[in-house]
Amino acid sequence: MKTLHKTKFGLFGLLAYVTSSSSWADWELNLTQGVTDISRDVYDMHMFVLWICVWIGVVVFGAMAYSMIRHRKSRGSVPAKFSHSTMAEVIWTVIPFGILITMAVPAANTLVRMEDTSDSEITVKITGHQWKWEYEYLDSGVRIISSLDPDSRQAASLNSGIDPNTVDNYLLEVDNPLVLPVDKKIRFVLTASDVIHAWWVPEFAIKKDAIPGFVNDMWTKIDEEGIYRGQCAELCGRNHGFMPIVVHATSEDEYENWIQAQLASTEAEAQSADREWAIDELMERGEGVYGTYCVACHQPNGQGIQGVFPTLVGTDMVLNDLDGHINVILNGVAGTAMQAFSTTLNDADIAAVVTYERNAWGNDTGDVVQPATIKDMRVQ
Amino acid sequence: MNAYSVDHSHDDHHDHGPPPGLMRWVTTTNHKDIGTLYLWFSLIMFFIGGFMALIIRTELFQPGLQIVDPHFFNQMTTMHALIMIFGVVMPAFVGLANWMLPMMVGAPDMALPRMNNWSFWILPFGFSMMLSTLFMEGGGPASGWTIYPPLVLQTGDALPFLIFSIHILGVSSIMGAINIVATIMNMRAPGMTYMKMPLFVWTWFITAYLLIAVMPVLAGAVTMLLTDRFFGTSFFDAAGGGDPVMFQHIFWFFGHPEVYILILPAFGIVSEIIPTFSRKKLFGYSSMVYATACIAFLSFIVWAHHMFTVGMPLVGAMFFMFTTMLIAVPTGVKVFNWVATMWQGAMTFETPMLFAVGFVIMFTIGGFSGLMLAMTPIDFQYHDTYFVVAHFHYVLVPGAIFAIIAGVYYWLPKWTGNMYDEKLGKIHFWLSTIFVNTLFFPMHFVGLAGMPRRIPDYAVQFTDFNQIATIGAFGFGFAQILLLVVVIKCIRGGAKATDQVWEGAHGLEWSVASPAPYHTFSPQPVFK
Repeated sequence: MKTLHKTKFGLFGLLAYVTSSSSWADWELNLTQGVTDISRDVYDMHMFVLWICVWIGVVVFGAMAYSMIRHRKSRGSVPAKFSHSTMAEVIWTVIPFGILITMAVPAANTLVRMEDTSDSEITVKITGHQWKWEYEYLDSGVRIISSLDPDSRQAASLNSGIDPNTVDNYLLEVDNPLVLPVDKKIRFVLTASDVIHAWWVPEFAIKKDAIPGFVNDMWTKIDEEGIYRGQCAELCGRNHGFMPIVVHATSEDEYENWIQAQLASTEAEAQSADREWAIDELMERGEGVYGTYCVACHQPNGQGIQGVFPTLVGTDMVLNDLDGHINVILNGVAGTAMQAFSTTLNDADIAAVVTYERNAWGNDTGDVVQPATIKDMRVQ
Repeated sequence: MNAYSVDHSHDDHHDHGPPPGLMRWVTTTNHKDIGTLYLWFSLIMFFIGGFMALIIRTELFQPGLQIVDPHFFNQMTTMHALIMIFGVVMPAFVGLANWMLPMMVGAPDMALPRMNNWSFWILPFGFSMMLSTLFMEGGGPASGWTIYPPLVLQTGDALPFLIFSIHILGVSSIMGAINIVATIMNMRAPGMTYMKMPLFVWTWFITAYLLIAVMPVLAGAVTMLLTDRFFGTSFFDAAGGGDPVMFQHIFWFFGHPEVYILILPAFGIVSEIIPTFSRKKLFGYSSMVYATACIAFLSFIVWAHHMFTVGMPLVGAMFFMFTTMLIAVPTGVKVFNWVATMWQGAMTFETPMLFAVGFVIMFTIGGFSGLMLAMTPIDFQYHDTYFVVAHFHYVLVPGAIFAIIAGVYYWLPKWTGNMYDEKLGKIHFWLSTIFVNTLFFPMHFVGLAGMPRRIPDYAVQFTDFNQIATIGAFGFGFAQILLLVVVIKCIRGGAKATDQVWEGAHGLEWSVASPAPYHTFSPQPVFK
């Protein structure tokens, strides 16, 4: 958001100056102009309507103020007898109607352009999960999961003792940003796996709900390279405020390189699933997976939140029922926030996190789960 | 003849006072007692809902999580909204209607007094049930007052209790609305034709029809949630062939008329007060009535403007954009009429007038942001940000709540027979006005700058305005204690009020004694 163009105007600016400001304050007052054709259109329309409202306000409140000063009993004002005027009534019905039409026409035009997702060059499928975003590049098959940056997550736990001002881009940073090329028409298709989320980047002026069982679409074409940040904009449960969106807009070459690198690492991942893993290796990786996917509900100490998210410490399933444990992670628990991770996590991830959960926080089962086991269970 | 004169002939205790003690309030069928009960209930809920708002604002005073878990934060936003809408604004309007409608139309009581008693007394039970969910396994509802599935289906044990409490509140509202319609249609004094009714009566008449039309819709929607969760249906579950978006359509088909339910009676109150203190007749009476009816009609065909980001066909989005913008016309007519009423009047600014003028200005500011939100392409930027929070709080707090407070100050001398403390009233007004703007105006800025609503923690660049808002919240909250002080002081004593109370007041309610006797208009008045 630091890249936003700062706009201060009239009365609103005044309010900013009369109150004290601290060193990191941005005093952002207005909508961003953004970095797309559409977003500039939207900004202009926003300012147009804002100024119409300001002027109507000046006229109406001005008349009221004049009347309240002049037509007071204490100044000897004698009440007039009139109680209606057809002429006045017609005027203040027709004029607003005319103003509305001047607003409606450009709005309809912009809307038509916004809704036209045809002729896109790249399609990205966005899936909302509690509480992270999944991005799938439908043209190349690259798939990434994007969730809140660990530094922010740590600082955002209750009474963490960490000053959010010391965390870079607090709550607006992710582990794996979405990488998009500039000057290409990019189409997004949106859906969700659990509850309704909404994908919003203010600089693109696009926002749409990601709804389970539905596919929505929208598009953008970014003009400038840069990092653009947004957030989920539909209440989606406990960590709704903690699933930001970060887009790296790059040149087309950089984008192509990035795609190739992603494809190569996915290939390497797939091969590593076939070998035997050591417990330390699994524990280390499992801690990472847990920190990204599980910690929001089950908490850093594995104990969940009583009555809301179940504990993983000393339960019968974690201590004794290995198949059940894996099954819950693969398929989720219907009607709860526990989602199915079979498509989100690969075999090594699941093996690692199961191993981690069964050996952390004093569970100490000594169980070691290999990726091959997960692979077999998927087949069943 | 009509029901009213039959009632009169059987009325063998119209000279008696009320029975003593607590049972007076439990068994009462007197419209004034029931009005009092509604108003006290509403005030208590106002402080409970306000306390929740202060928890929310305290957590938002600075970035990071300091006092509550995000799950509890979501419970607070949800309960705050449900309480303020169903427990404060609606009961307060019904309370004012109970007290004033019969006196305004020259009726001895409401048409259906026993139902009146019941429609009040189920409310405390409904809200006890709703509040008790906060102590249940899994906590209270945390999916926002809009209770969208599938999220709401993740609620713990609280879900069925929430649904049943909404049913109870709905039953109460429908009974109250039927009573009001029956009273207005059947019990007006001779000479009180429809187009001579005071505007508060008119706006409530129309509001009552809105209530009867949409509360059953809400009841249906929440019942479908109940069966989805417990009886294996899939109305809103895409995996079972259902449609989560359908819930939103049904909800907002209730929800949009609901927001006019929360504001039309406020228009009525303000339309009573401004002429009185301008000492001039209301400007454009008939256009006020038609504008109210027009707003009510439009309220049924604009619901999907709450859902522009849900995704809908282009034609649908345009239809809802245009109809929504159209609402600005009748609403503008109302504002212009109020200004024209003040124009060339002989104004004085006692507390009710101050709150009424504050209402007109600040409600209009809320109307402006509403117009901006109506425009679909820019709504994509505003939707679900603090800009929306600023918008609806402007129309509901310095809008609906200010109008209710104005009405209380306006009619308090008629209810108690004593004048309230004018100086305290004015202090109450100025503190409320300064702090309500400190509270809600900065929300426009953080919303435009990109802060989503319903989040317990935020990026650091939003800190300053959030701190200002929190300071405003505490100021506004504590200023309301003055309201309680003024009301109690006024009940206990004060300068005696005349029958007319206000120099410029006209209407049947000002022709009866102050305080209004327990039974008014037993001999039927004639309205000239």
